[in-house]
Amino acid sequence: MKDTDIKRLLYTHLLCIFSIFLSTFIPSFFLDNFSILETHLTWLGICSVFVTAVNLMLYLVVKPNVSSKRSSLSHKVTRVLKCCIYFLMSCFLLHVVFVLYGAPLTELVLETFLFAVILSTYTTVPCLCLLGPNLRAWLRVFSRNGVTSIWENSLQITTISSFVGAWLGAFPIPLDWERPWQVWPISCTLGATFGYVAGLVISPLWIYRNRKQLTYKNN
Amino acid sequence: MRLSSGAFAASCIAIEVVGVAIFLRGFFPAPVRSSAPTEQRAETPAPEPAAGASSNWTKLPPPLFSKVVIVLIDALRDDFVFGSKGVKYMPYISYLIEKGSSHGFVAEAKPPTVTMPRIKALMTGSLPGFVDVVRNLNSPALLEDNVIRQAKSAGKRMIFYGDETWVKLFPKHFIEYDGTTSFFVSDYTEVDNNVTRHLDEVLKRGDWDMLILHYLGLDHIGHISGPHSPLIGRKLSEMDSILMKIHTSLLAKERETLSPSLLIVCGDHGMSETGSHGASSTEEVSTPLILISSAFERKPGDSRHPKRVQQTDLAATLAIGLGLPIPKDNVGSLLFPVIEEKPMREQLRFLHLNTVQLSKLLQENVPSYEKDPGFEQFKMAERLHGNWVKLHLEENHSDILVGLGTKVLRQYLSALKTLSLSLSTQVAQYDIYSMVVGTAVVLEVLILLLLSTPHVLCRKAELDVPLLSPVFSLLFYLMFLVLSAIHVVVCTSAESSCFFCSLPWLAAAGVMVLVSALLCAIVSALVRMVVIDGMLLKKNAAHPSSGWSEVDLLLLLGTVGHVLSLGASSFVEEEHQTWYFLVNTLCLALSQETCRSYFLGDDCEPQHHFHVEQGCEGVLTHTLQDSTVCNNFKPNRAGKGPSLSEAHGGCKWWTVLASPWLVLACCRMLRSLNQTGVQGAHRPDFSHWLTSSEHKVQLSGLAAVSLLVIFMLVQRGCSLVSKAALALGLLGVFCYRAAIGNVLFPWQPDNKGISKGIVEARFVYVFVLGILFTGTKALLKSQVIAADFKTKTVGLWEIYSGLVLLAALLLRPHNLPVLAFSLLIQMIMTKFIWKPLRHDAAEITVMHYWFGQAFFYFQGNSNNIATIDISAGFIGLDAYMEVPATFLTVFGTYVGPVLWASHLVHFLSSEASSGSALSRACFCYALICSVPVATYIILVTSLRYHLFIWSVFSPKLLYEGMHLLITAVLCAVFTATDQTGRTKS
Ligand SMILES: [Zn+2]
Ligand SMILES: [Zn+2]
Repeated sequence: MKDTDIKRLLYTHLLCIFSIFLSTFIPSFFLDNFSILETHLTWLGICSVFVTAVNLMLYLVVKPNVSSKRSSLSHKVTRVLKCCIYFLMSCFLLHVVFVLYGAPLTELVLETFLFAVILSTYTTVPCLCLLGPNLRAWLRVFSRNGVTSIWENSLQITTISSFVGAWLGAFPIPLDWERPWQVWPISCTLGATFGYVAGLVISPLWIYRNRKQLTYKNN
Repeated sequence: MRLSSGAFAASCIAIEVVGVAIFLRGFFPAPVRSSAPTEQRAETPAPEPAAGASSNWTKLPPPLFSKVVIVLIDALRDDFVFGSKGVKYMPYISYLIEKGSSHGFVAEAKPPTVTMPRIKALMTGSLPGFVDVVRNLNSPALLEDNVIRQAKSAGKRMIFYGDETWVKLFPKHFIEYDGTTSFFVSDYTEVDNNVTRHLDEVLKRGDWDMLILHYLGLDHIGHISGPHSPLIGRKLSEMDSILMKIHTSLLAKERETLSPSLLIVCGDHGMSETGSHGASSTEEVSTPLILISSAFERKPGDSRHPKRVQQTDLAATLAIGLGLPIPKDNVGSLLFPVIEEKPMREQLRFLHLNTVQLSKLLQENVPSYEKDPGFEQFKMAERLHGNWVKLHLEENHSDILVGLGTKVLRQYLSALKTLSLSLSTQVAQYDIYSMVVGTAVVLEVLILLLLSTPHVLCRKAELDVPLLSPVFSLLFYLMFLVLSAIHVVVCTSAESSCFFCSLPWLAAAGVMVLVSALLCAIVSALVRMVVIDGMLLKKNAAHPSSGWSEVDLLLLLGTVGHVLSLGASSFVEEEHQTWYFLVNTLCLALSQETCRSYFLGDDCEPQHHFHVEQGCEGVLTHTLQDSTVCNNFKPNRAGKGPSLSEAHGGCKWWTVLASPWLVLACCRMLRSLNQTGVQGAHRPDFSHWLTSSEHKVQLSGLAAVSLLVIFMLVQRGCSLVSKAALALGLLGVFCYRAAIGNVLFPWQPDNKGISKGIVEARFVYVFVLGILFTGTKALLKSQVIAADFKTKTVGLWEIYSGLVLLAALLLRPHNLPVLAFSLLIQMIMTKFIWKPLRHDAAEITVMHYWFGQAFFYFQGNSNNIATIDISAGFIGLDAYMEVPATFLTVFGTYVGPVLWASHLVHFLSSEASSGSALSRACFCYALICSVPVATYIILVTSLRYHLFIWSVFSPKLLYEGMHLLITAVLCAVFTATDQTGRTKS
């Protein structure tokens, strides 16, 4: 059973990576002179939409959260609304964090905000899909030994690697190489994307390697 | 012998300071100097070479110009004259350059682009060493041979008006002078009027041979408002009209005397895009050099692309122009266009004089000078020159003579160029032997510290220092002998001058003993570690190792990452970004920790250690007065346990949760107060807005509020007397700032006249000393009266508040919020983070160090010498006094680290969880400061031929050295405090 789970996890992750690839290639058929660096904001938006869409689709198809019971329509609607609010909140929170980290307050607001959006897409959206709008569950997953399934484990890994990627992405900014990707926030968004992809790749492998040691509370 | 880890660390740091000092002395070598004593006068000039026959021209050639006027405009950048600004604002000079009889050059100044070394370079023709920047503070008389000295001994009458640096450099050289001080940087009209007011009279009199004018106004405008300020245009127009006045007057005089005069317009250095200078950007090193004389040929339609020359070339040209011997240390080459119109024989004679001087200097400074291409060219040219003179003396006026002459000329010019270049690069010769010795000491200390780290952090704070162990005495003596042998061999070979060899042999032997003793200590520490710790490790393996929390991991990785980042010049330039980034991340990690320990406090695993248990009782019950209650409050790392989770109420939980975010917000505000570094320095920041003259009211308000906040935050731990003294002192700070015109006094709006505020500043000093004295007294008293814990805490807090008061005086008014925020953050962190979350001493120490570093940059400092606020050294002093001025400047620069370290001392001793906390903290502090220094020394040694070595890495090295010195002092204080605490118990 575990191996099939891991396999499913791997396929879903490959699909996510594939969606990021698509977001860089598909728009160039429809839009003139589209490239990640030049029309960075467009790419950010498209990538964010793609990743969200794939995540939602996977959530509906795979339904990893088996424990979620059937509930009434109104309950579902409030749940969806709550998720949207959580997503927006996380965007704003990340925006605030970036400003606290030294992003300009009044200039480049759209750039900073879109960076917040893409980072929330990589982190908050999978959390919302998997855990729902339940802060206590989030805190549980992101503390030590609080993980209860491989899905949560992979969620932990991808989220942390996205954050670390964005964090590391800030390092080249002060360097004097004068490259186009050193401009705020391109290096950070690229770092976050690479971190996310790396997390997607690493987590199934890591779980597969450590499948003997991993014991979860509920199984 | 047994030492507490604090004392051990303090002595290690002290030894490391010695090592760094030796390294620095080797790294910043003495500049190229002629060994001949300068007093030796009447040296016969080199005779004209002549093949076979002896020349009939052995004396120095006569002067080319009867009168010379040097107009030095401080911070005159090349584009102010040759660029569009020049055309617009300096029409007369532009006209002269284009149409008149003049030569325009762009003279390249070598870094450091600071006034005094540049004046030295202009007048001696030599390149002052990098260390001269540090000596810029007090300019002693120039001892090297220079044009001014030569002119004086030749009986020239010289007059000087302008920056008083000249008067200090050349005391008793001018028959008349009026020095203006550059003390008040905000003044840009009075400094120049002080120069110009003498001009009419002096020009009319004409009883002088050399007139030097140094205008400071432009530089001051640059410092205030940058190179694009509208004030620049006005100042340039003013300068242009002054130059026109001088030039017309000179021309009128020439018509009477019929001998040409020379007008030199130059800048000492340029101005960066922010208006400062000191580094080596193109804007800072490019200065115009314009020579105007009727002796030059008119070249109509001369292009506006002037040739690039070296600033040092002026000295030789000036000496030739005045008929003086060329200064001995000169490395520059004569500006050939100046003598272009002279007869061939004179041209060759001038070039010969210059080349002979350069090759002499080369012989004295380079052992293998004969292989230098410049020297070979010189020998060749001299031979040809001899042939030419012989032909000339034989009255052979044929085309052959002209052809040969041009050939000799070309040969000389290329020889000059090569010689000048190879001499200039000589300045960058490193004294490798001293550097190696220094590095060895520093590295040994670092290894010793690192080896004892596990011992100090995991077990007890007492250390066995096996210095006197007889087992290793053999190794010690062997080592000493080997080192001495090496020393003798290196020093007798004497390839180049070496500082370490020039030390008296006793001192050198002392260093050798130190090196070998340290080596023995390392060996024994290693043995102990392998033998004893190996056994202990086996025993401990049964225990589950206490996991590292995220904060620990961050602290370790951040420190290592910062050290590694020093290898890239950009990261050195933008080091503030590194610290801001790390501090921000630390706050976020703390925020995560607070969140988790609050929300998941109950269902944590026992092996996840005490961070998780969060008690708000600290918030409630902890004030400084009753902190004695929690004597046994903090479990240390070894014996931690979840035994202290009483009173787990939801009280004020939000303060704990919000505090990291509050700290983050404070840091963000401080970051936008002072833009620093290189990339961000030109961006508008809040401090520029505040310091501009139209926002004086806001600045006054902000300063007053900050002082009030400082008082509120500091007074809570003081005794009543100190409270009053503190209040009066802070009031005095405001009065001082009002007196020197920085801020407005509300009840005295039209503050007439700017005074130096001596009285007010001294008033504050009295209170600073008073508070420090009461603090020390209380500390000593706590040592005498056993177990008087409270007295000690209060004493430490008073010392801390005395330092805060001094900092408030020294920091510029727009930086007072930095101080206020620093105190605020310390308060927040103490109350809501460190006490409730119970971090251990090592973690708290590292956090204090990080914040201290961040505040160093928040204050507007950078790794560039130009950002040091020298004015702090003049507060309350009438005249320059070296010792207090240096102390005040250093303290003013390192306010952040010092205040955070003193807060650390107070915090740890007030907590008094275990007696060894302070000692352990001292060890950590020493370690965390010496790791970057040691790494940086190795980095700089390996990067010593990097392009940015002078502009980026060397200033940082000086900063690191100074930081280490301060750390040594702080560690000594730590240890002293620790000792007082120890004797009590
Ligand atoms: Zn200057
Ligand atoms: Zn200046």
